[in-house]
Amino acid sequence: MCLAIPAKVVELEDGDMAVVALEGVRKRISTALVEDVAIGDYLLVHVGYALHKVSPEEASRTLALMAEAGVLREELEEITGGEQ
Amino acid sequence: MKYVDEFRDRELAKTVAEAIRREARPERTYNIMEFCGGHTHAIFRYGVKDLMPENVRFVHGPGCPVCVLPVRRLDDAVEIAERHGVILCTYGDMMRVPGTKQRSLIRAKADGADIRMVYSTLDALKIARDNPDREVVFFAIGFETTTPPTAVAIRQAEKEGLRNFSVFCNHVLTPSAISHILQSPEVRELGTVRIDGFLGPSHVSSVIGSEPYEYFAEEFGKPVVIAGFEPLDVMQSALMLIRQINEGRHEVENEYTRVVTREGNLKAQSLVSEVFELRTSFEWRGLGTVPYSALKIREAHAAFDAERRFEVSEKKSREVKSCECPAILRGVKKPTDCKLFGTVCTPDTPMGSCMVSSEGACAAYWTYGRHRDPVRRPRAKEEAA
Repeated sequence: MCLAIPAKVVELEDGDMAVVALEGVRKRISTALVEDVAIGDYLLVHVGYALHKVSPEEASRTLALMAEAGVLREELEEITGGEQ
Repeated sequence: MKYVDEFRDRELAKTVAEAIRREARPERTYNIMEFCGGHTHAIFRYGVKDLMPENVRFVHGPGCPVCVLPVRRLDDAVEIAERHGVILCTYGDMMRVPGTKQRSLIRAKADGADIRMVYSTLDALKIARDNPDREVVFFAIGFETTTPPTAVAIRQAEKEGLRNFSVFCNHVLTPSAISHILQSPEVRELGTVRIDGFLGPSHVSSVIGSEPYEYFAEEFGKPVVIAGFEPLDVMQSALMLIRQINEGRHEVENEYTRVVTREGNLKAQSLVSEVFELRTSFEWRGLGTVPYSALKIREAHAAFDAERRFEVSEKKSREVKSCECPAILRGVKKPTDCKLFGTVCTPDTPMGSCMVSSEGACAAYWTYGRHRDPVRRPRAKEEAA
């Protein structure tokens, strides 16, 4: 539950919502906690909310590490499992 | 992918490990408490522990929100679900934590209570929208990273007029828990737990910033290094702590500058303070009652507070006898010191919270460390309650 996962913004929606894409998974998340989100930004996503922006380098580094540790798949399953 | 290679580079890890060996003075020990369960995991998963010299030790702290929730609050959640017939939503980690008499949310669900696992408070809000005739309660747990999403959900429910949504709030605060550990008799009077410095949590700090740690670094004279959760971050941060200890400094340093600033996420902080206020005291598993260590929903948002909406009966809650989670959470004991560890208590049959959550010290020991440290006493079956 404590992990946060970086994902790229692909769409912006009304009401502080955005769609992020990650490893073929698209997910609607809230951007209520971050200022000035733009398409193409990388956001650190935790329990469906962006906590802050991260650089593309930080994002790719974190994702590679999570993939290596085997936690990326778990996190993705959690994200898609939560989709109602 | 240049950065990826750099941060997982074995050579670089070796260089940092060598620097630690060179700078850690052989005549003393360095006891480093990692507060965050994410760090505990990194230390075990990547064998960081094995790269440290003998006299540099990691002490596992209470930085797992599932682990520190007292049985009483879990029992209350079960009761709200069962007695009041609500839809109770919660994060997956909570489902298998045993309450009094081993009763967990998943058991209550099997017995017919409407308990649903959600990934996000957004999902809980959707369930409330889709079930206007039912009361929907979000069982909220977590540190400062998970609190802002709960605040946003309460504000959103207000905006939409979702009157059937409420929150059972169990959000807790990191800095007050660390201060409490430093004031505990084990650390202060008995000296049974020596803590020379702290690895500060990464994502919690991204929200609250590094500033809140300055007070206790000064007050208690202990250095803090805010550390990222990658193995090299942990090693680099350990080195920074060793240097501070050697030089007799006790400052807050930030190794995780690529994400953490001194002031943190101000937007998230202002949302949290708009919706929540401090509880004068809150019980933590392992730490007992800790003053000003948790949040409750402000009067202005009382309509969304499950504690005001649903009464729970005063009943006796009880931990599993012999479970050492409380001592493990204070750094007094290691998982392998527990009689239940690896015998009756495993991730498939958890007796305590530290074995349930993947961030718990017992689960980390079970997965990565149990072959390293021998279990002290295997004869335990008959002693489990």
